[in-house]
Parts: sequence; structure tokens; C-alpha cells
Amino acid sequence: MLNVVLSIFLLACIAPHLYRLLGKHTGLVLALLPATLFIYFASQLSAVSQGQPLLQSWPWFPGLGIQLSFMLDGLSLLFALLITGIGTFILCYAGQYLQGHPALGRFFLFLLSFMGAMLGLVLSDNLITLFVFWELTTVSSFMLIGFNHEDSESRQKAHQGLMVTVLGGLALMTGLIMLGMAAGSYQLSDVLQQDLTGHSLYLPMLILILLGAFTKSAQTPFHFWLPNAMAAPTPVSAYLHSATMVKAGVYLLARLQPSLGGSEVWLLTLSAVGALTMLTGIFLASRATGIKKVLAYSTVMALGTLTMLLGLGTEKAALAAVTFLLAHALYKGALFMIAGILDHEAGIKDFEKASGLRKLMPRTTLVAVVAALSLAGVIPLFGFVGKELLLEAVLSGSQWQLGLTAATVLANIFVVLVAALLAIKPWFGQALPTPKPAHDPGWQMLAGPAVLATLGLIFGLLPMLPDQYLLNAAATAVYGQPISGYLALWHGINLPLMLSLGSLVLGLLLFRFWQPWRKLTAVVETLSKAGPEAGYNKLMAALVSFAAWQTRVLQNGYLRNYLLTTMATVVLLVGWAMLRLEHFELNWQFSDVRVQEAVIFLVLLTTIISAVVLNSFLGVVALLGALGFAVALIYVFFSAVDVGITQVLVETITVLLLVLVLYRLPEFRRLSSTAHRARDALIAIASGTVITLLILLVTASRSMEGIAWYFLEKSVPEGYGRNVVNVILVDFRALDTLGEIFVLALVAIGVYAMVHLRTGAKPVTNADKRLTAEQKRQQSVKGEL
Amino acid sequence: MSRQFNMRSLILSTGTTIILPLLLLFSLFLLLRGHNEPGGGFIGGLVAAAAIALKLFADDYPSAKALLRVHPLQLVGIGLALAALSSLPSLLVGDNFFTAQWWTLPLPIFGELKLSTPLIFDIGVFLGVIGTVLTVIFTLVEAEH
Amino acid sequence: MTTMMAILIGCLYAAAIYMMLRRSMVKLLIGLILLSNAANLLIFTVAGLERGVPPLIAKGAETVVGGSADPLAQALILTAIVIGFGVLAFAVVLLHRAYEVIRTDDMNEMKGTD
Repeated sequence: MLNVVLSIFLLACIAPHLYRLLGKHTGLVLALLPATLFIYFASQLSAVSQGQPLLQSWPWFPGLGIQLSFMLDGLSLLFALLITGIGTFILCYAGQYLQGHPALGRFFLFLLSFMGAMLGLVLSDNLITLFVFWELTTVSSFMLIGFNHEDSESRQKAHQGLMVTVLGGLALMTGLIMLGMAAGSYQLSDVLQQDLTGHSLYLPMLILILLGAFTKSAQTPFHFWLPNAMAAPTPVSAYLHSATMVKAGVYLLARLQPSLGGSEVWLLTLSAVGALTMLTGIFLASRATGIKKVLAYSTVMALGTLTMLLGLGTEKAALAAVTFLLAHALYKGALFMIAGILDHEAGIKDFEKASGLRKLMPRTTLVAVVAALSLAGVIPLFGFVGKELLLEAVLSGSQWQLGLTAATVLANIFVVLVAALLAIKPWFGQALPTPKPAHDPGWQMLAGPAVLATLGLIFGLLPMLPDQYLLNAAATAVYGQPISGYLALWHGINLPLMLSLGSLVLGLLLFRFWQPWRKLTAVVETLSKAGPEAGYNKLMAALVSFAAWQTRVLQNGYLRNYLLTTMATVVLLVGWAMLRLEHFELNWQFSDVRVQEAVIFLVLLTTIISAVVLNSFLGVVALLGALGFAVALIYVFFSAVDVGITQVLVETITVLLLVLVLYRLPEFRRLSSTAHRARDALIAIASGTVITLLILLVTASRSMEGIAWYFLEKSVPEGYGRNVVNVILVDFRALDTLGEIFVLALVAIGVYAMVHLRTGAKPVTNADKRLTAEQKRQQSVKGEL
Repeated sequence: MSRQFNMRSLILSTGTTIILPLLLLFSLFLLLRGHNEPGGGFIGGLVAAAAIALKLFADDYPSAKALLRVHPLQLVGIGLALAALSSLPSLLVGDNFFTAQWWTLPLPIFGELKLSTPLIFDIGVFLGVIGTVLTVIFTLVEAEH
Repeated sequence: MTTMMAILIGCLYAAAIYMMLRRSMVKLLIGLILLSNAANLLIFTVAGLERGVPPLIAKGAETVVGGSADPLAQALILTAIVIGFGVLAFAVVLLHRAYEVIRTDDMNEMKGTD
């Protein structure tokens, strides 16, 4: 399975080059890979349906317990088939939809990267790997939403999607780490064996993981990013924002249900948020007129439904969830692609302008009607099976069955409205003029929706087909135990059927009064100004102004303020740590000082003090020279001959250097106020004191043997040198020394560049400066004369 | 700055002419004996750089530059290249990167000559240090002209 | 002796930090020189002070006889001195150029100019 994921990333890398080579057929050629992978996954069906998950593992960071391990069970297989199957059609479709787009090669790169990331996500058997792929889907989704990056709105929406999902991702990471800690393993297959609802970390990790899943799957109040993500080209919306990526959050919830599900919090949060999202989504869908917007909002509704079902956590709910998921992926993928066809072949993006295209686009009409009927849950389509199960699950659910059932039925009425919009509005009625001459698209674009819609019909007529091979195993993975239920088209005349029929009738009625309904509910337009999206915008604005404020305060551009803060912190923290030490013994000892050392000490002290107080640069340079030589003497006194020699030489050259620039520099001025000086002196003295104490403390408590003996012993036998310091420099630690001379080379190049490579406006000022210097010289010459 | 260089002292100038070759020889001596006695590439390089700086102060910038013949930045480059290249022979022999290699060449009169990658490395350091110090000093002097 | 060195290094640090807190860039430079000396001496002292036992091995011997100063600390300090010189050289030229262009060494006035 590693090869599966890697092969897609590999293809993603060469996709732009392939595009240069193959031109407009690239999409078809690229589609061969997901098609092959689809067949590979399909060949695993029988093994997995018998309850044998496929496990594979490669060590990645063995030291951290992170493995590149993959697991293929019913749930993963369901997703893997959707990703590769729909992916195949999307690639064919995109090849024609975006034909001639200058950046099509890049588009394929992003789309395939996303496919690889999504596959990796659903196949991962390790929490860390899962998270990495999770973030990769976020990043590739960002690239795809912002694909038309010349458009500022597109960029802004991509940014919004990224911010929301990344914030969720951050929470998710923390949650997953807690989960790994609680379970004692980062392997999903280990985690799933345990029920963690009683763990002390359960609540925090649940909240964090839910945050991640809810943002990714656009649950209220994070639902606003998904309709905005429709800025992406339609193939992307069809793939990422209906069938795959947005379901990653649902996947995660379904995946973790066996360990985290079943508690009161889980039940309450998921069903409440899910039901709320379901209602919000479908209500907004009933009001929108843009075709893609309507589809996006109805996707929000579907995601809410899935979350609600996972919250219920019963056997029926698990089966309903996977069935609904499959049905939704089939019809929603098809409908999105049809929305793209309408845009591409007729220039229609809005329901209000679409009417009577049936004659011009007969094949598209047929496919659209079948897919929309599945959405509406009309017998005998697969959507009907899904809806029946959904109603059954809700009815047999927990203590809130009444509320949830009411919500579901209400949502279903609106779903029927949306389905009717899609099945009737653009195709039937009076023909309106279209911006482009309308016609059926080529087979590449129609194949995807046609196959998906047909599958919806076949699965509806023969529900045992998907059930036996796939959905039962998937539901088992969600539920954690073998599932006894089964799928059937006809359950007899019962309550769910009656509710279903009722919503169908009411929905059609509502369709009749669609425009009045929109007028009636126009009040939400004003409400939405205070909605979650407005909150998001306010939050972002606040974040930016906070960043600006803290940059102004903390990074104010004055070196001394940074230094002051740093040193004050060091003094406080180190001082505090020293005060807390139990054995604070200082070894005050002056008895071992020799006369010459004491003299050097006094010389140095005088030099330091004069260097601080002296007010002439020349004087200070002389003092610094003296200081350097005195320090060199200290090195020599204490057995560091090479260091001493180096110090003397460097000191000589330093003084030389300072003298070279000396006469150019200004006289010392008194720039700071006395209060500032006092404050600085206080900090400086405190720092010095802390350092003195630190040295005394450290030298008094050396507990470990150094590594000096190693170099002393090995120098002659292995380094063939008797000057151990030099052997260390050029042999034992030669790589460090190499790095050091690279730094020196950088200094040389930097200095050279600073003086010799002058750019832009500077030559003028330099010429001016030179002129004034020349004038001064002349004046001084005159003065001397 | 030219004012300073114009104040040429005859004694310093003559003295430098005599001392300079000695200083340069001494720097080489320090470099070569560095493995066994105090010295080495850093110290040798600093001595050589100081010697050439002395020439600069005693005579003038052009003569110091002429003494070096090449631009000091080129010395930096050569030094870096030598030091970096000295890491490679170990790979040819199959040892770890940067493992020291020693070769003993028999010479008819002096006995034998010991050559090694640490020596090449140290020469690289030597040239790098000379190059850097002189680049800084020369650049500052040039900035004045 | 360690006590005396500790006091000395503390003084060096105090002086260096005080000088680096000044507004003048020239003083900052002086602070930098003091600081690099202070840091070198700090490493040197903490590694242990030994009189008269340089890490040089006698001719023909395999290793030092009877104790030696820490050669590793010395190698570290040796490179630190040279690097310190490099940084200083860079700073000196930078100061020189900055002064040439902006005609001030007051970092408050410098901040406004690009």
C-alpha cells in the first residue's frame, strides 16, 4: 500500500512534464493510474469483506515509534474505492473541462497530490502518519481552491479554507497525541482495541479531535468555508468538496468511534452539532441560486447527517452512515460534474437563468434527472435505501429520537426541494437564451456523471451487491463489532416509508413556491452579517492588529531594548533558580593567587573600568589593546599556549583595524539621560554578578569527567601529532573548523560587497560625501598654510 | 587616510624590508610545525597577514598589494577549496568522511616526507585566514581612496 | 584563582552589556569586543585552570605524563577568538559604511533611515 500512495505522488511530480508531452490527452493518460488502483482495491474486496483487514508496516522514525503503516479494512476500502474511482473520472473530466488552461499541468500536479494524500489518510494505521496526510490534504486543497490565483477573491477564499482547516488541524494534532498517550500506542489498530471513554484525558482529547473533524467536515459553525471553496474549478469541487476531502472529518469520527464513541458527551455533541449542521446546510441551500452554491450547502447538510448518525452510534446508525456516505458520493459527484457541464457547455451558473435545456442537452438531462432522483431518495434509487436507513436509525435512536426525527424529516423536505431544482429547473419548461450555444459535452465529461448515476440505480435495485462486499465490512469497522443488519430496497409499508413519502410531497410543493419562499426568508440575508463568517473575519482582523501591536512593542528595532529584555529575563530566571538551590555553596578562595596573576587582575580591572568611562575613542582603542594582551597573558599562565599566541595576533590586527577607521568616526557624545544610564548600569551589574556566581557554582560542582582524556590519549596514536589543540582543530573536529573558515570567508565576501558593490541611490550620496571630504581637506590644507 | 600613509618613516620602511621575508618564513614555519608544537594554520595565517599589513603601513597600499600578487579574496577561495578537498581522499579509500590520511614519501637526502590530509586542511585554514584578514584591511584602505 | 577569574569575567560582562546598551554604535562595537573576551575567558575558566601543563605531548611519548589542561576547551576558544575577530571586522566595516552614508552613529537616528 506504500507503493500505492507513493505511485500517486510520483505521478503528481511528473504530471506537469507529461502535460508538456501529451497535451490535451494528459487527463486520460493520468486517469489510468487511479483506474488501475481502483482495480487493485476492488480485488481486495472479498478478503476484506470476510473480515480480514490488510496490515502493512514500514519503520519511518523507529526512535519515536512512528511507523509508516497502513491498514485496509472495510471503512478504508470504501473510501479508497471512492477516491480512486471518482478520481479516475475527475481526471478525464478535468482534462476537457480545463482544456487549454495555461496552468493545466500544475492543476494535475495538485489534484494528484491531493489524491495521494487522501489515500494515505484513509489507509494510515498510525496516528502520526494519519495526521501528516491530513495536513497534506489541507495544503493541496488550498492550492486547488486558489487555483485561479490571479483572482483576489479566489485567493481570499483559499486562505479562508486554509485558516479554518489548519486551526482545526492544530487542535487535531494535540488531540491525536493525547490519544496516543492514553492508548499507549500510536498504531490505530492498537488504539481501536481499547475503549478510552473512561480515561482521564478523554474529555480534552475528544474536544480537540472533534474540533479537527468539525472544521474539516464543515460542521456548523465552521460550515462557511465550504461554499466559499467553490471558487475552485468545478472538477475540484466535485472531487474534494463533495466526495472526498470534506469527508475526512467524518472518516476520522467513524474511524475512532470504537474507542471514543458511546459516551454521553459523544452522543450529545455529535448528534446536536450534526443535526444543527444538517438544518443550517439545507436551509441555506434552499435559498441559494448559484448551482454550485446549492450543491455545496446540500453537501454541508449531508456532512451534518453523517455526523449525527455517527453520534448515535447504534448498529443501525453505523450501517446507515456508510450507506448514506456511498449514496451521497455517487449522486453528489455526478451532480457537481453536471453543474460543471452546464457552466462549460451552456455558460449557466445560476438556477434563475436556466430553463428548457432538455432538447439541447438530452443526455445530460437524463443523467441529471437520475442523479437528482437519488438525491431526493426516490424509489428505486440507492438514495432511497440510504434515506430509509437514515430514518430508521433516527427513529430507533436514543432519548432524543423525536427531535432528531423531526429535524431529519424537515431536512428531507428541503432536500427534495433541492433535488427538484436540479432535476427540473434547468431542463424543463420554456427555453431561455444561454450565454453559450448549449450542447451535450464530449464523452470524457459525461462518462463520470453517467457511470456514477447508473451505479446509483444499480445499487438501488440490487442493494445486496454493495452491502455484501463492502458496506457490511465498513459498518463493522465503524461499529467495532460485526453487523447483523442488511440492506434492502423494500422494507414494507412502515413509518420511515410514510415519512419519506410525506417529505416528498411537501418538498415538491415547496418547489412550486420556491421564489416566494426565497422572498419570505430574505431576512436571513441581514442575519448572516452577524453569522460565523462575520465572526471569522473579525477574528482575522483582530489577529492582524494584535500581530501589528506586538511587533511594535516587542520588535521595535532598537537593539538595546532586545538586549535589555533578554538580560533582565536571564538575570531573573537564573537568579531565581540559584536562590532555589538547596546547596548553595560558593568556594571563595584567594589563597592560590600568585603575584603576577594578581597584577594582571588589577590591570584588567582598571582597563575595563576606564574603557567604560573614558570619553575618547583613541583612548579606548589603546585600552582595548592592553586588555587583549593581558587576557593573552592569562591564557599563557594557565597552559594555553596556542590560544595565547592567537589572542596576541588577533589583538594586534584588531587594533590596526580600529585605527584604520578611527579618524572617520565621530567623537563620543552623551546620548542617553542619566536615568537611562542608571537603569542600564543596574542591569549590567546584575548580569555580571549572576555570571560570577554562576561560574563559582559550576566550578564548585563539577560532577562529570570531561572528554579531554580522549583527545589526549588518541592524539599521538591516531592523529600523529603532539600538539593536541592543533590535532583537534585539523583532525578530530576538522568539520567544525571547516565551518569556521566558511564563516570567515563569508565575512570577507560581506565586507568586500559592502564597500565595492554599491547599488541604486547610494553612489550619489557617496559622491557628495567624497566632495565634502575633499572640500574639508582643502580647507584644512588652507588652514595649515 | 592617505595622509597617514604619506607619513612614511624611513626606518620603518627599511626595517620592514628586512623583517618581512623573515616574518613570512616564520609564518610558514609556524604552520608546518603546528601539528607537534604551538602553531598551526590559524596562528601562521595571522602572522603572515600581520606581516603584509606591516608592509602596508610602512610603504603604501600598492606595494602591499603587489607583494600578495593575487586578490586576497582569491586566497580565501583557494583556502576553502583546499580545506574542503582534504575531506575527500578518505572517501576514495573507503573510510568515513574526513578521516585523516597519511602518506610517507621517501626523499633521497632528507630522509622522508610526511604528507597528510590534516596538513592540506591546515594549509587551507592558513590561506583562508590570510585572505580574510587582508580582504578586510585592503577593503577599508580602498574605501578611503 | 577561579574566584578571581569569576569576578573578572563578571566585570567584563557587566562592562560589555553596559556598553552594548548605549545608543552609540561605536560603543556597541566596544561592547562586542569586551563580550567576546568575556565569553572566551568564561569557557576557559569553567573548563578548569591548570598552571604549566600545556596539552603538548613530549617527543616520543604516547600521551601526556601527569595531567594537562583541557585541550578541547582551548581548541574551542582558539576558533572563538578568530570568529570573534571576523564578526568584529564585519561590524567595523558596517559601522564605517553606515557612518559614511548616514553621518551619525546614534542608533536612534539610524532607525529611521533605510
